[in-house]
Amino acid sequence: MTTTERGAAKRSWTAGLRRAGMQALPPERLLPDEQPVYVASWVYVFGVLTIAALVIVIGSGVVLALKGPTWWHVSSVGLFFNSVHVWSVELFFFFMVVHLWAKFFMAAWRGRRALTWVTGAVSFVVSIGAAFTGYLSQQNFASQWIASQAKDGLNSVGIGAFFNVLDFGQMFTWHVVLLPLGIVVLVVAHVLLVRKHGVVPPLPIRSEPATQTTAPVPERDGR
Amino acid sequence: MMVGTFDTILAVGLNGKTYYIHWGWFQISAANLVVIVMMVLVFVLAIVVPFPGRRR
Repeated sequence: MTTTERGAAKRSWTAGLRRAGMQALPPERLLPDEQPVYVASWVYVFGVLTIAALVIVIGSGVVLALKGPTWWHVSSVGLFFNSVHVWSVELFFFFMVVHLWAKFFMAAWRGRRALTWVTGAVSFVVSIGAAFTGYLSQQNFASQWIASQAKDGLNSVGIGAFFNVLDFGQMFTWHVVLLPLGIVVLVVAHVLLVRKHGVVPPLPIRSEPATQTTAPVPERDGR
Repeated sequence: MMVGTFDTILAVGLNGKTYYIHWGWFQISAANLVVIVMMVLVFVLAIVVPFPGRRR
């Protein structure tokens, strides 16, 4: 490769993307083998517990999608996977709410972590939509009842024609494609932002200066 | 027949009567209240229970 060719390669979008990625998330920060001492607390485990529950949700959901409503309503194995799906969703929300409380009370948006907080909050909202469309996709009397109740509320805010809860095909597609995709993208972005900025430290005690609100983890950009 | 199978798999029947708790204008199902109380309990325990290996 000549010098001119090497210069052109450095200006290419792939090289630029690689440089930006390596600068924001070098391997030792993307996959760290140690964490600050304050992370050794049970209150810090609920984020990863939420992700673990999400993995079970998606895994059991893939099986349900492969086999279909008749299978999950009639066969014993289908009922089992249906139960695994719903209970892992329960745990997913349980852990996510505790994670949310923990991060709210330690003001986890400190130290340039606003986007981390926002991606987490939006993930929560999108997850509620995914759970709602999941209830609508059950193909039983409960889903019919929920849909008939929800349509009035959604019509009253003017989105009923666009988001029709009585249309099973539309709700099922939202539930198995669009919303899970949104959640996964948001969760990946959330975790990468946590890696980039470090895990938020606890709030300083009153006797400490108020300026010590950022993580003591050294960062390349000095933040 | 299906209800019986469903109950067996779940171990806890979810097809019974739903219980609600009222405080004046406020109403909540017992199931939702139990979940909220459990979340608060787990949150408090996560703060006060020491993490294994913390003093290493």
